[in-house]
This record gives sequence, structure tokens and C-alpha cells, in this order.
Amino acid sequence: MLKIENLQARIEDKEILKGLNIEVKAGEVHAIMGPNGAGKSTMASVIAGKEEYEVTGGSIELNGEDISELAPDERAHAGVFLSFQYPVEIPGVTVTNFIKSSINESRKAQGLEEMPAKDLLKKIREKSELLEIDRKFLSRSLNEGFSGGEKKRNEIFQMAMLEPKLAILDETDSGLDIDALRIVANGVNKLKSKDNAVIVITHYQRLLDYIVPDFVHVLHDGKIVKSGTKELALELEEKGYDWIKEELNA
Amino acid sequence: MKQMDLKEKLISSFLAFENQVDVDVDSNVHDVRSKAFSNFEQQGFPTKRDEEWKYTNLSSLLKSNYNIFSKGEASLTYKDVKQYFINETDCYNLVFIDGKFNAFLSNTTHDGLDVCVMSAALSKAKYKKAIDTYFNKLAKENNSLSDLNTAFSSEGAYINIPKNTVVPKPIQILNFSTGSEQEILIQPRNLVIVGENAHVQIIERHQSLKGNNTLTNSVTEIFVNQRGIVDFYKMQNDAETASLIDGTFVSQQKDSVASVHTFSFGGKLTRNNLEFYQNGEHCVSHMNGISILDGKQHVDNHTLVQHKAPNCESHEMYKGIYDEKSTGVFNGKVIVEQAAQKINAYQQNNNIIVGDKASVNSKPQLEIFADDVKCSHGCTIGQLDESALFYMQQRGIPKKEAKALLMYAFSNDALKDVKIPELKTRINAIIAQKLDVNIGFDL
Repeated sequence: MLKIENLQARIEDKEILKGLNIEVKAGEVHAIMGPNGAGKSTMASVIAGKEEYEVTGGSIELNGEDISELAPDERAHAGVFLSFQYPVEIPGVTVTNFIKSSINESRKAQGLEEMPAKDLLKKIREKSELLEIDRKFLSRSLNEGFSGGEKKRNEIFQMAMLEPKLAILDETDSGLDIDALRIVANGVNKLKSKDNAVIVITHYQRLLDYIVPDFVHVLHDGKIVKSGTKELALELEEKGYDWIKEELNA
Repeated sequence: MKQMDLKEKLISSFLAFENQVDVDVDSNVHDVRSKAFSNFEQQGFPTKRDEEWKYTNLSSLLKSNYNIFSKGEASLTYKDVKQYFINETDCYNLVFIDGKFNAFLSNTTHDGLDVCVMSAALSKAKYKKAIDTYFNKLAKENNSLSDLNTAFSSEGAYINIPKNTVVPKPIQILNFSTGSEQEILIQPRNLVIVGENAHVQIIERHQSLKGNNTLTNSVTEIFVNQRGIVDFYKMQNDAETASLIDGTFVSQQKDSVASVHTFSFGGKLTRNNLEFYQNGEHCVSHMNGISILDGKQHVDNHTLVQHKAPNCESHEMYKGIYDEKSTGVFNGKVIVEQAAQKINAYQQNNNIIVGDKASVNSKPQLEIFADDVKCSHGCTIGQLDESALFYMQQRGIPKKEAKALLMYAFSNDALKDVKIPELKTRINAIIAQKLDVNIGFDL
């Protein structure tokens, strides 16, 4: 599904990713953990194609195709979805209209007709029920005045609507109370299949109780320095990151 | 021989014009015109030295050799101009071609209300009382361009709604300039009288069809009596060869509500002087504007609200999107007289600069002489939000569409009060066309 080799990226003059390697296969869930400033969000943004970051080396392949030169929307059409840590407010565009544009642009890119309104509404109803989203919410301006939890739920709702191949959840757990966390995690789990993959970026083990990873990686100073199974996350929760830094320095 | 400049040409034409216009002997209109003309003669056209015209330069416009009196021979059929009518809604229509009334394309009435032409109102005895009461009572306070219009006033829309009348359908005033003969100066003069507790919706459009330069110097006076309601929509979607100077003056009596919406989507130069005078308590005034410009287009919105009475409100919201080398001006003046306690005046001007060489000058001007009032204003000039663009692109919306969607959403606030559905659809379509995109839904 996703194969990243020796990825290096910087913003302005600051090197952030310094030779990152990761391979994610279809059907897998990977967790990326690491201390603040390790480059976790940068990794997510670079995979999604944010222009402020300059890729200075390495490659990003999605299903065998190098996507590192594609525009963000082309990567989205190829199946990349990023759930933002801080979803952007767009006053004047309702959730429904936004999702409609989003779906139809993706379909257009694939040479498909627009989704018939009836099908779209049916799908919206299904997916909003899955994420326990109130219908009234759908006619509000996108993310405007949403609580932190509503914004994150709305991200996963969009993910449910778009059915991406690769979903990257960037600190989707931050700002969620325990009930919202359960709803969001449940949504992600229902969307998981043998054909798609999920990368969960998080500071805390808590989310991983609900979205159980096949692999856990520690990102430190722009590189993955340690990989393991879900037990690694528990160990990190208990011991912090210092022991990993010490291991590296030894 | 040196070409006569426009002012000289107007001066030499005035007497001939005044003598040939068909007016009652005992009418005051001759005096009004003569007085206005001498004001214009003294002041001339405004220049950049004039504070109110600092950012809008008329000098290049005044160089054209305008024909001051249209021959009015241009013939247009309904088919030529059908697209500019609001069709699906039944309307009264007043159609002017190069400043001359076209009865064939129009649909007037005298049945319970007057929707007809100024030339009739200015010359027939039965309108004398209304003309003496209202004509030039607002425009006279103003600049030399209004005086020029008054001096040559002969044609335009005359709308008089008696008290307690709710006009069942919108009134369209359509001004077409054909540009077929020569460069032309058109000076429409409209008078709208809204009786006590009456309600009317008016759509005014200026549209150049092709060819030579057109300069329109239009004046509209609107009088809204007690509890009257007027919604006035200005469509200024014009050709690159057309320039428009518009003076719209609104006088409100107590408990009245007046809204003027200005949609400027083109034209070489557009200057809107929009003035509201609140004369009684509990008046509400709305001014909404959207400008979407590119090329070298220029739009200048100069607004004034004069709060003379207590417990009134004024709401002003202007949005602008400027691409390429286009330029914009917003000047919002609010005067709160000492008697106007407990008023609420709100003013907002938001601009997005898209083109590297586009620019906007925005200036709020508050003059407050009362001590218990609420006045607020806000102005922003910015670019499209890059993080919002990335967010939208991440969801599969290409950059061009994402930009358009953001601009669409940005202008939407100023569109939500449009109460004629077909008009709103039209404006949405024009915006989509201006932004060269089909986003697949109306906001």
C-alpha cells in the first residue's frame, strides 16, 4: 500500500524528516508515536503533499506509484486521506455541500459521473449515524464554531464518506472526551478492511486501546528509531521516551 | 480644431436641451434644472484633488467625445436582451435603450400604483405635486455629478407606490446601451416614492451590449414613508467599455426599512455614491455589496448614513474580490447626530486580494455626536487562506475549484438577504462564471 524510503523533508531551512522509512500493507494499522517535535505531523503533511514542505530526498509510493510529485488533490484522488490535527474552519460552506464537492471532484478525477443526489443523501445518512452525528450538524458551516470533539468526528465522517485507501489520523484523539473517543474509534474500526490501511499518529496509548495497531513505530528526530507490536505502546506509556533516546546514544 | 472638452460641450448643449424639453409652464422643474446646471458649471467634474475622489480618477473617462443626446434609433428586440431580464418571475419592466424609453419591451402600470417614466412625470400636471414634493430634494445636497444629472434630467423610472400597497411583483429597470453609433453619455434619473406601509422590490440593471465607450451618470432618489419597506437591487455586470457613476439617495421616515444591494461584477469604472438619511425613529437601513473584479476594472463604493433620529439601525456589509490589476475603494461614512441616541450602526468591509497587482483602499469614517450609541466597524484586506486551500485539496478539491469555493463562500454573507429567488440564482451563476468554475451547488 504505502512504501516510504529514506524520506527527507524540510520547511524553509529546517530539516525535519531525515531519512524516514516505513512500509504499510493493506489491511494493517500502524501507530506512530514519539516526543513533541519528532516530525510526526510533518510526516502526515508530507504524505498528503502540503506545499510548504520541500521534499529533498527519498520516495513515497502508494500502490507502486510514486506520488511525491502529485498535488494534494491528486493524492486524495489516489486514496490518501489525512484527518487533520486542527481541521480548518470554512465559513459559508456547509458540511453537506463540502462533502458533495469533495466526492464529486474525486469521481470526476476517476472519470465517473457525479453521485446522484439520492445516493449521496443515503450515504450521508448511513455514515452520520455511524458517527452519531446529528442531522442539523450537516447544514452548519464546515467546522465553524464546532467543538474540538465535533471537528474530529467530522473528520472521521468525511473519511467514511470518501472511503480512502490510506487514512492518516493525525492526533485524532486530542481534544476528545472518552465517549467521543469511543465513537470515533468505533467509526474507524468499522471502516477498516483488508483493502485499506490506517496510520494513527498519537501521543497516547489510550486511543490504541480502541484502534488496535498491528505495528507501533517510534519517530524521533525525523527518523523511525524503533518498531514493535502494540506492546511497545504500553511500554512507552509506562516509561516515556527517554529510554529510547538512551538506547540510541549508547 | 481642438476637440471641445466634455464640460464645454455640456455647457453649450444645456440651453438647447432646456428649451426643447416638454415641461409645463408653471412647473418648478425648469428652475431646478437651471440651478443645478449653474452649480455644475461652477464646480465642474471632481478631480483627484477632491478628498472624496482621491482614489477614483475620472480624467481618462472625460476625454472621450461623448454624444450627449442619444438619437435613440438603435433597435433591439426582446431576443437580443432576453438574458438580462429576470424571466421566471413576473415583473413590471421599464426598459431604456441608450437612455430612451422603449415601450415595446416595457410593461408599465397605472393601476393602483405608478410604474412609468420620468418624462411623463416631469411634464404632466397630475404628477406635479409629487414632483414638487420629491424631485431633487435629496440629490441636490450633493456633488456636481448629481447636479449634472439633474440639469439634464428628462428620462428614467418613476415609481410611486400609494400607502398600504404591497406591490405583488418586482419592478425591473433595465438600462441598455447599444454603443452602436458613437461614444455616449447617458443620464438616467429615477424617482421612487414608497407610501406609508407600502412595500416594493426593485431591480436595476445597467448593461452595455457592445462597441463604443458608454458613460452613465445615474441618479436615483428613494423616499420611504412611515413603515414603508423597499428592497433595491443593483446589478452592475457590465462590459469593459462601460463606466458608471451612480448616485442613490434614500430618505427614510420612521419605522421604515430600506435595503440597497449592489452587485458590481465588471465595467471599466464604477462609482457608487449611496446615501441614507434616517429622519424618524426606528428606521432600519441595510447596505450590502459584492464586487468581483479582474482586468483593470475599478469599483468605488462610497456610502453615507446619516442618523438623525434615535433608536435606529444601519447595517453595512461590503465584500470585494480583486484579481489581476483591478482596484477597489470602500469609503463608509456614518454620521450620528446628537439627537440620534441609542442607535446601532454596524459597518463591515472585507476584501480578498487575488491578483499580485490588485489593490484596495478602505476607509471607515465615523462622526459621532451622540453619547449613547453603538457603532462598530471592521475592515479586512487579505489573501486566500493557504491552510484552508490545503485542507480542501486534501479532500480532493483541485486548487482552482478550492479557491473559487472559498471566494464564493466569502461573498455569500452579502448575498443571503436577496429575497428574490431567481435573482439570487442569477447572481450565483454570475459569480460562478466570473470565477470560471462550476462548484455544483448554490450557497
